[in-house]
Amino acid sequence: MTTPEQSSSSKFLLFLGCAIPYRVSSYEISTRKVLAKLGIELVEMPEYNCCGLPIDPVSHEMLLTLAARNLCLAEQQGLNMVALCPGCAGTLRKVNKKLKENKELKEKINGYLKDTGLEFKGTIEVKHLLQLLAEDVGIEKIKNAVKKPLTNIQVTEHSGCHVSRPIEGVGFDNPENPQILKNLIEATGARYVEYTDKIACCGAPIAGVNDRIPLQLSREKLGHVRDAGAQALITVCPFCHMMFDTNQPRIERMFNESFKIPVLHYPQLLGLAIGFSPEEMDLKGLRVDPTQIVSQVFGKAEGN
Amino acid sequence: MTKTMPEKKPKSKTKEPLKTAKKVTITPQPTPPEPSPTPPIQNVEEKTSASKIAEAAPIKAHEFDPHFKYEISKMHGGENLKQCFQCGTCTSDCPIARFSDTYRPRQIIRMAQLGLKDRVLSSDTLWLCAACFTCTDRCPQGVEVASVIRILRNAAVERGVIPPIFKELSSSILESGIAYRIPELRLKKREQIGLPPLPKSNPEAMEKLANATGFSKTLKKGEQT
Repeated sequence: MTTPEQSSSSKFLLFLGCAIPYRVSSYEISTRKVLAKLGIELVEMPEYNCCGLPIDPVSHEMLLTLAARNLCLAEQQGLNMVALCPGCAGTLRKVNKKLKENKELKEKINGYLKDTGLEFKGTIEVKHLLQLLAEDVGIEKIKNAVKKPLTNIQVTEHSGCHVSRPIEGVGFDNPENPQILKNLIEATGARYVEYTDKIACCGAPIAGVNDRIPLQLSREKLGHVRDAGAQALITVCPFCHMMFDTNQPRIERMFNESFKIPVLHYPQLLGLAIGFSPEEMDLKGLRVDPTQIVSQVFGKAEGN
Repeated sequence: MTKTMPEKKPKSKTKEPLKTAKKVTITPQPTPPEPSPTPPIQNVEEKTSASKIAEAAPIKAHEFDPHFKYEISKMHGGENLKQCFQCGTCTSDCPIARFSDTYRPRQIIRMAQLGLKDRVLSSDTLWLCAACFTCTDRCPQGVEVASVIRILRNAAVERGVIPPIFKELSSSILESGIAYRIPELRLKKREQIGLPPLPKSNPEAMEKLANATGFSKTLKKGEQT
């Protein structure tokens, strides 16, 4: 039996989740290329299912069971998992922790899993992409990989709630004053600006029951980002990305306001810095046109 | 928007709970209503529902279920419900509450504590929590506010109350293992752009798990409404 804790931390089982293959392939494309270049090997996850988070409101037991099934599949492979979606990462981390700590609950969930021939043992760990970049690749290695420092652009982040919340269960970074994504952005050479209510939620999780509130929230955030003078917003969550990028034209129409703020997945930004072309990073997969910052990165004088 | 103001507003007597119920009812849009172009989804907060009227009605003594808080306290995440002293940190830090006229996590917690079971479980606002966990992380009393709301939602579903979006997500998971139905074209495109094909789904496993956990049965309750 392989014990993943001891195995090299350069090989991970990739948990893609639902939203990324459904609508946000630019995140997946850029992540795969960037991680490969940084020496991380991704293994495809066989027969995975939804982490369970979307149906938590219907049945928490089903969430626990769906998450546990994924964890069991990873245990069979003897590999730690990396999830690109903070919702998936947070859910899998929380459930992994709960089942490891709570024997009674573990037995109950194993009872549900029995019929599918699986059993949760608690032998692997789950990380979100940010955590992998910060802990397994490391800021120094990332800095050293930078070939084209993005010194002439100024950006900011929206890291998303589930990267670090709830503290109990997820336990990564400081949700009240997050540092990890900031450090990772600065490692690319880009200037980082702060803005009002940086840690506020984008509203995406309730978009299925109310479309007004999430758009109002995202509009407010985009306004703060613009006011701070950021030329792009950097995200690490498919849902936050959909709110700020996919929905940006809709927000502009709805509130009769102009933002034109490109929203890049962090791996896209990093990719540009470590030598990938905009095409390789699938920047054309974005809704809001990033041409301006791209030309600034590549020095085709845009003034500023 | 149609007027949602009830003819008679609950007046004092049992001070605490009434305050709570009253706040829920004061809906008539203080903020300018945003015109939503093509709302493809049901906006829970904006519809006039029977539940809103129920919330407006004066609270009767028989509505209090003193056991309710103990039931919730037994569930994972509900353990500290009784510790809430109504400071309002959750509501004041809630990103949704800032833009909603009705969603107030503190009220939901109070209704749960008081055992106003029927009111809280039929309340539309229960579905507006984004589960960002800001309230949970900041609660000075250690109440897992978002988890209590999740427990209440699960209980509402058991009574057959389930917003359509969750039915869709659930049935997609049962069919394909994942929450969205990915069009064939997109799957083909993956391969064209050099992404590995998505792993095969395992609907049999999904069905077994749904049966074992009682999830299938739970979903059927929602169909009757």
